[in-house]
Amino acid sequence: MPVSNMIESIRDALGIALAADDDLLILGEDVGRYGGVFRATEGLQERYGPDRVIDMPLAESSIIGAAIGLALEGYKPVCEIQFLGFLYPGFEQLISHVSRIRYRTQGDYGMSMVIRAPMGSGVKSHELHSDSFESFYVHIPGIKVVVPSNPYDAKGLLLAAIDDPDPVIFLEPTALYRAEREEVPAEIYQIPLGAAKLVREGQDLTMIAWGGMVPVVKEAAVQLVEDQIQCEIIDIRSLYPFDQDLIVQSVKKTGRVIVVHEAPRTLGVGAEVAAMIQEQAFLFLEAPIMRVTGYDVPTPLGALEHVNRPDVNRIKKAVQQVLHY
Amino acid sequence: MHISLGLTDEQVLEMYRYMLMTRKLDDRMWLLNRAGSIPFAISCQGHEAIHMGVAYTLNHEKDWVCPYYRDLGLMLALGQTCRDQLLFAFARKEDPNSGGRQMPGHFGDRRFRILSGSSPVGTQVLHAVGIAYGGRLTGSDHVVFTSCGEGSANQGDFHEACNFAGVHRLPVIFMVENNKYAISVPLRKQVAGESIAARANGYGFPGVTVDGTDVFAVYQAMKEAVDRARRGEGPTLIEAVTYRLQPHSSDDDDSSYRSRDEVDLAKKRDPIQLFRNYLVEQGLLSDDYEHRVIARITKEINEATEYAEQAPDPDPSDLYRYIYATDEGR
Repeated sequence: MPVSNMIESIRDALGIALAADDDLLILGEDVGRYGGVFRATEGLQERYGPDRVIDMPLAESSIIGAAIGLALEGYKPVCEIQFLGFLYPGFEQLISHVSRIRYRTQGDYGMSMVIRAPMGSGVKSHELHSDSFESFYVHIPGIKVVVPSNPYDAKGLLLAAIDDPDPVIFLEPTALYRAEREEVPAEIYQIPLGAAKLVREGQDLTMIAWGGMVPVVKEAAVQLVEDQIQCEIIDIRSLYPFDQDLIVQSVKKTGRVIVVHEAPRTLGVGAEVAAMIQEQAFLFLEAPIMRVTGYDVPTPLGALEHVNRPDVNRIKKAVQQVLHY
Repeated sequence: MHISLGLTDEQVLEMYRYMLMTRKLDDRMWLLNRAGSIPFAISCQGHEAIHMGVAYTLNHEKDWVCPYYRDLGLMLALGQTCRDQLLFAFARKEDPNSGGRQMPGHFGDRRFRILSGSSPVGTQVLHAVGIAYGGRLTGSDHVVFTSCGEGSANQGDFHEACNFAGVHRLPVIFMVENNKYAISVPLRKQVAGESIAARANGYGFPGVTVDGTDVFAVYQAMKEAVDRARRGEGPTLIEAVTYRLQPHSSDDDDSSYRSRDEVDLAKKRDPIQLFRNYLVEQGLLSDDYEHRVIARITKEINEATEYAEQAPDPDPSDLYRYIYATDEGR
């Protein structure tokens, strides 16, 4: 089986999708000849032409707005936004139209499209290049939000997102683009949106994370074994819709939960996860649900991003607090 | 004039009928609002000549329309009925525009390829260029018409759309219906240089200014623009200058920002009256004909009002419909 990193598996998925569906188009800044700033679309314009892999003007609202028109005309746009923090100029098109056209046309027109964007910190790129405001998008009814944490999932989730009849925001943790290589099948496969993944089994505590935080909680869990603590890890993968059943099932077993995300704490997705757990498994909880998160600050200076980004030590400390509550 | 433009006597009389229908329907919305029956009314009075110039140049079988919220006359001429509009105003379940979801004036109708827009103005112009790009990929020769006010023309999306359409020479017609006011802000505080059409030069396609109270001036500019677009020669920006004869909406008091003298002067150039003068001069319009047309329109609007008043509201279960594909389609 071929071995890929995440950026290669994403490119692989995009290539498969372009080959399988003549109506699929890629739109973005520098996605053509240049192959995208992270090389996710490298070689695709050469193979599929400039009409299908479209170098857009440097104007994010145009990317989303034109994609809406293309979707109305029966095409399947896959937009690349250079960084999640650059989606804000296109935010209005997203919240005013992409999320609502199905609703306001009473199902006459769906907005089947994918908006891909690198997200999160961990590569020392400053401020808007490292934003992790996934909760903005999770909050919008009519949109789905997906965050893979490894090359295998990235391909399967992206192919599922492309196949989905609804608009999907596909967030790619920048720090994981080239972090690991693993076996990724060459063929087409899909991972259903809305299904979380049990990454590790354990009976003492449930760790819930997504995207760039998954490798960090995995490392923390390995280290905690030395203290005879067995952590269960759930990678949510799909933030909306999200897999409540797998989480509740795990919480009923362990009774203790930490949620880890690099986004600012206040109204991060962790708050929603915690609220859902207390609604559905309150009597099974042995301790309050703890959040280990970024602080309520703009994504900090490149040199200080490690202070903001949850790390193994902060996670281990939170685990001890929950276990000894 | 109309003959030299290729319009028949029947067509110009039909235009006049649509203009009257538009005005009477607009008046009815105000009345219903003032009577407390509908929560909001937004007016198109002063824009009717533009609507006719547009409607009679588009191909109703294939062209797309991403409209301005003041395009009531265009909607009627494209095929929507008074009943459709009144169901919309009452936000009834049966409203074809959005099933009671959208604000009045946010027209949308799949039957006529009219795309429902949004309330932060000017976003629809980008959808138009996307549709046009798609049409060209498909090999269709449809034209996409999009319109907005001169206020919306200051939005970033307007610039982005013109830019993209210019780069790809897309079959889009950008119509700016310049009625001199963005709610209360006069043109001179919105636009330096006072010409929106002049901007087209920077986008690499023609921009023209026409008298928006003159059906034939709009028709002629539109016809050239449609023909150019259909021939694959790219977009056109048309600025049709008119005057908003009513307040912005039922919630606006325009006496706080413009004088009655100014409004009264503009009413002397009411596009419907100007068009009527032409038809009378040409011997096409008799009093008898006009009375019969008005009686028919009044009857239609009365019946539509009664129907819409009694039509059922959306069901509470409709709240969850059409948000995702799994929430069923029509």
